[in-house]
Amino acid sequence: MAVYLALKEVWRNKGRFLLIASVVALITVLVLFIAALSEGLASANREYIEKLNGELLVFQEGAQLSTTASRIGRDRIAAIRRVGGVADAGQVGFASVKIVPPDGSKEFDASLIGVEPGRPGEPPVLEGTQIERSSASDVIIDAGVVARIGAKVGDMIRVKVTQGTDEEFYDLRVAGITDRRQYFFQPAIFAPLLTWDKIRPQGADANRQGELITNIAVVKLQDPTTLQETAAAIETDVTKVEAVNRKTAWEAIPGYAAQQSTLTTQQFFTFFIGVLVVGGFFQIQTLQKVAQIGMLKAIGMSNWTVGWSAIVQIVTVNAIGVMIGAVGTLALVANFPVTVPIQLTGSAALATVVALLAIGPLGGIVSVFALLRIEPLRALGMAQ
Amino acid sequence: MIALEAINITKHYGTGASTIVAVNEVSLSVRRGEFLALVGPSGSGKTTMLAMLAGLLKPTHGQIVIAGQDIGRMSEGKRTKFRGQFIGFTFQSNNLVPYLSALENVEMLLRLNGKLNRQSKQRARDLLTRLGLGERLKNRPGQLSGGQQQRVAIARALIHEPEVVLADEPTASLDTERAHQVVQTFAELIHEQNRAGIMVTHDLRMAKYVDRVIQMVDGRISRTIADRREILQLAGAADELDGHTPSSNGKPVEAGEEMTTVLGL
Ligand SMILES: Nc1ncnc2c1ncn2[C@@H]1O[C@H](COP(=O)(O)OP(=O)(O)OP(=O)(O)O)[C@@H](O)[C@H]1O
Ligand SMILES: [Mg+2]
Repeated sequence: MAVYLALKEVWRNKGRFLLIASVVALITVLVLFIAALSEGLASANREYIEKLNGELLVFQEGAQLSTTASRIGRDRIAAIRRVGGVADAGQVGFASVKIVPPDGSKEFDASLIGVEPGRPGEPPVLEGTQIERSSASDVIIDAGVVARIGAKVGDMIRVKVTQGTDEEFYDLRVAGITDRRQYFFQPAIFAPLLTWDKIRPQGADANRQGELITNIAVVKLQDPTTLQETAAAIETDVTKVEAVNRKTAWEAIPGYAAQQSTLTTQQFFTFFIGVLVVGGFFQIQTLQKVAQIGMLKAIGMSNWTVGWSAIVQIVTVNAIGVMIGAVGTLALVANFPVTVPIQLTGSAALATVVALLAIGPLGGIVSVFALLRIEPLRALGMAQ
Repeated sequence: MIALEAINITKHYGTGASTIVAVNEVSLSVRRGEFLALVGPSGSGKTTMLAMLAGLLKPTHGQIVIAGQDIGRMSEGKRTKFRGQFIGFTFQSNNLVPYLSALENVEMLLRLNGKLNRQSKQRARDLLTRLGLGERLKNRPGQLSGGQQQRVAIARALIHEPEVVLADEPTASLDTERAHQVVQTFAELIHEQNRAGIMVTHDLRMAKYVDRVIQMVDGRISRTIADRREILQLAGAADELDGHTPSSNGKPVEAGEEMTTVLGL
């Protein structure tokens, strides 16, 4: 009975219910889109660190976990490798270069990440080979670079670096291709440390003394469950370093936390607007139906049926709206260029959709209670 | 056989010094197959009375028994179910569910009682056809005239074979001709199907279709007219009054004036 009434009413008033379903659909698009943006920006920032094949990142003490401020030299790397529980450690350096696309289109920024071949920090290739020689111009590029210039294994790619006032160009050979490993919003090129050191823009801290100084160390543990202890051991055994897990490291990326919390706030407010709009719609509808509901109760319809019918209706209309919105967003996101940091992973999208399905019930609860309170005596034009 | 019995029912609104006695110690019983009109001046307690008989309002004291069951002793939920099963209703307005067709509105009572099946569906069609709505089964209330809507409501009030049928001002929004048609058919059906019918009305002309006229004044039954001749006289006088405005012709309205004075209208 309840379901019958609920769906009949929707079906016979398609226009009106489609309107509110469209509002829900638009809110769904907006919330999912913000989720996708939030996810996309987060990935663009942290992808490399998130996918690292090492549990701990070691920074210079006092660098406040900033990869640009941190300096780690060879002697410290050696010391870290000697700490108990450490399986291996790789020295990793970060720099920014421009890639000059072969077709003459506009140059774009990329992260040039120096890694030690065969050590933590070097990404696994999906195509081609790992970096084999530590001084050659062989590099691994991530899928983000491929998406922009369509390079293949064996191709040469040209990068531009500004050294002081001079522009320098280097040609690097693509030895291997890995999945997306962006760092700090830029697609990544992984070069052997010596090559990295040669190419990167040299500041005042050029490695003049012959000691190769980079930014951080990536540590792989013998047993990942000893993360806390090993981190503590590294900090005591090696002078002036700070060891943290990956999550702590990416959360320290400048602007990362602020950006994420801003987007979360936006998402929440959009959701909240949805709750209010849907709630308002059903509340107005309830007010218009007072006489009718009074009549139904008078002729013997139970409160349970009246309430359940309203819930079924709210949930159905809400679900239709969310479905339309979700399908629309997926189509939209799929058609965005790769350069836009929009990314919708299954689990995040699902969690958002489930949350959006709560808009109706949350907004409609007031109107359901209002319906339950209507007295059957209304049918006779009376009230107690 | 007694279908409905009210024993000494009283309704007070409010408490203390401002208490209004809307219905005062009224007793009433209606047999199956009997159609009864409840008349009286405004504020005399007709609606209050009907609400109590319908189980929508609890009497301050007194007892109401329908189909052998004391509705005062039922819980709210039980009473709602009871109404759906044993009482048929027509209201002054907002009778029907706007998004359901005429037929669906009638079928709703069958659905509510779990009695919707092929035979009962056919009965619903037949009943609507009988009420002159055979061509309008699929129309929604908004596409029907006021009289047609009242007839749909009558079909709905009867379809589940209730013990008692209660009608609140069924002719309030109808013109004279329609009002007669509607109440006449209503009376026929109540008699045929052996229901107990109670109709609250302001329109004394409708009295000619009922078996008994109960007149209320100040919350009490001031007069009961059960004699066929007297009822016809009352209705006829009201008809006269309706046909001629008193100022245009003084003489023919005498009887009407007399009756309305008696009834306090
Ligand atoms: N909810 C209420 N609260 C207080 N007093 C009420 C309430 N409902 C009705 N009354 C009073 O009870 C008395 C009877 O009212 P009732 O509505 O039963 O009269 P009625 O005969 O139906 O009048 P009408 O012909 O105008 O519909 C009136 O004096 C009215 O003011
Ligand atoms: Mg009244």
